[in-house]
Amino acid sequence: MKNRTIKVGYLARVEGEGALYLQVKGDEVTDVRLEIFEPPRFFEALLRGRSYGEVPDITARICGICPIAYQMGSIQAMESIFGVKVEGPLRDLRRLIYCGEWIESHVLHVAMLHAPDFLGYEDSISMAKARPELAERVRMALRLKKLGNEILRLIGGREVHPVNLRVGGFYRVPTRQELAPLREELYWGLEAARQLVHWTAGFEFPEFERDYEFVALRHPDEYPIMAGGIVSNRGLDISLDRYDETFQEEHLAHSNALHSVIVGRGAYLVGPLARYSLNHDRLSPLVREEAGRAGLGTVLRNPFKSIIVRSLEVLQAVEESIRLVEGYEMPDRPLVDYEVRPGVGYGCTEAPRGICYHRYEVDQAGLVRDAKIVPPTSQNQKTIEDDLRGFVPQYLDLAEDRLVWHCEQAVRNYDPCISCATHFLRLEIERT
Amino acid sequence: MAEKRRPKLAVWKFSSCDGCQLSLLDCEDELLALTDQIEIANFPEASRAVVKGPYDLSLVEGSISTSHDAARIQQVRRVSKHLVTIGACATAGGIQALRNFTDVRELIPLVYARPEYISTLESSTPISSHVFVDFELHGCPINKVQLVEVISAFLHGRRPVTPGYSVCLECKRRGNVCVTVARGEPCLGPLVHAGCGAICPSYQRGCYGCFGPMETPNPSSLSEMWLAGGMAPDEVVRRLRSFTAAAEPFRQESERHEK
Repeated sequence: MKNRTIKVGYLARVEGEGALYLQVKGDEVTDVRLEIFEPPRFFEALLRGRSYGEVPDITARICGICPIAYQMGSIQAMESIFGVKVEGPLRDLRRLIYCGEWIESHVLHVAMLHAPDFLGYEDSISMAKARPELAERVRMALRLKKLGNEILRLIGGREVHPVNLRVGGFYRVPTRQELAPLREELYWGLEAARQLVHWTAGFEFPEFERDYEFVALRHPDEYPIMAGGIVSNRGLDISLDRYDETFQEEHLAHSNALHSVIVGRGAYLVGPLARYSLNHDRLSPLVREEAGRAGLGTVLRNPFKSIIVRSLEVLQAVEESIRLVEGYEMPDRPLVDYEVRPGVGYGCTEAPRGICYHRYEVDQAGLVRDAKIVPPTSQNQKTIEDDLRGFVPQYLDLAEDRLVWHCEQAVRNYDPCISCATHFLRLEIERT
Repeated sequence: MAEKRRPKLAVWKFSSCDGCQLSLLDCEDELLALTDQIEIANFPEASRAVVKGPYDLSLVEGSISTSHDAARIQQVRRVSKHLVTIGACATAGGIQALRNFTDVRELIPLVYARPEYISTLESSTPISSHVFVDFELHGCPINKVQLVEVISAFLHGRRPVTPGYSVCLECKRRGNVCVTVARGEPCLGPLVHAGCGAICPSYQRGCYGCFGPMETPNPSSLSEMWLAGGMAPDEVVRRLRSFTAAAEPFRQESERHEK
């Protein structure tokens, strides 16, 4: 029996440092390890003793690509402790800046990190230089990404680690006039996002589906970003305070990230595929129509097609941003008043890569006694490994370099953010 | 005639959040033009292609916090003609340098169930503690306009123009009302390296120090003012200890108030 090892020493086009190691015996994958060697930074421990007000600025630094997710999760948790309700225009502004993050992060992944896999280029720059029509695609994507970043900059002060979000609301809210210049570019963005959907829907996709347990937020009337309970396609329907009894983190020797499982059931999937499949009815009519034209049903089980869902979610986010910008009325005050009190609170939002859970305990003075943060990539890590176990056997006849590339592509389906999950990828496939 | 060789750029990551290297990809208007001038030879976050070194310019993000990384930075220096560190992690140790003020062995079990699987150094240190650094670009995150300036300066063989004065000057230029004078808001601006464009005061909050200490700061003057205004010493310590806590002026001053 032929044995092989397949290795990717440093996975490219992902955020953070990781490696992939596969062991193959005959036509069976006997071991898969997504190794995360990104050095641990001990955020949860370093947060102890910090004031609740500093927490969103510190948690932002978990990830430079999706800082809003880490800020909003901790802000929600603190607000649940202090009994603060942020509604109206302040809530709309939060949703708008989060839409900005979805646009910026998704377009980065779709066009710059993932599309080159489908078209056979090492990166988006060589893709752009290969053919004029691809250069146009990349230019358009960069402009769309810039639009997402512009929303972050206008509301948050800057693209990476915005400064304006705080417990209770904002430090300063924009005037209607300040948001108005976004409008014209957002209408351009609506067409650009549709083009992105059409482009990605035309890629060739491997025939590969798995029966995942999808986990995402669900809200009575919104496509989930910042609010809702946690649901799955296998009957899970819980409020945030039951996260810890429902999900468990395991620590494995090959990873500086913790693996999450559903207690008693095992691996699950978070992110675009799960959000879409559990919330298809919450997408806008325009996005549902585009999904239909792209040939997608209401549930999607092929992880390679997550690139189409990301593009659809960009469209959703652009459309919502138009609504939020046009409907914005500047509130009288940038924040809601509250009193600090001790307690335990929970926060969970849909980061671009999936649900991101936070729990904090603070004391009388608002100092953190305990913190727990579960990023989306650590929740998907086991599912990524299971995908490879299922996906690799049908490609074992390929030349080594093609096989390795396919494995990388399968990992990139998840837009893994390893900096968050600790948190980079090296790929090794061992055939013994 | 042969095409002129484009200088080779490499981007390296150590312990960090990826935000500073992302700033390069966030140069949406300049990125394609930039790649006409330079060859992106080694930038794993953006490309799986790796062109062999040596590299004309290496941008280094992140701090050194494992023995593996301490060895790897030596290798990076050997293959780099010029090495520029980008961001608070690479220039000052980053937020993860908060461990330097405690015993890291006590932190591990708070996050990880199996501490024996974790390999880490007791401190998180800037790149300059390990190898010679040609230029340090500050910020958490860096300012992308300054990043383009640094890259173009090295392409043309000149020093980058990045001011060493404090955030206060940027605030004055922007016409901001001083948040400390007008509202008594604690602001690290007088101590902190310019570069962000005084974002926080423009958003009605005090500077929290992402760009680290300026060239010749006077931290005790500011902290004495805070104390005189009634701030508790532990809050003074916390304010000095964030994203550049291990930078020498901030480290010394925060330790002075801990006693």
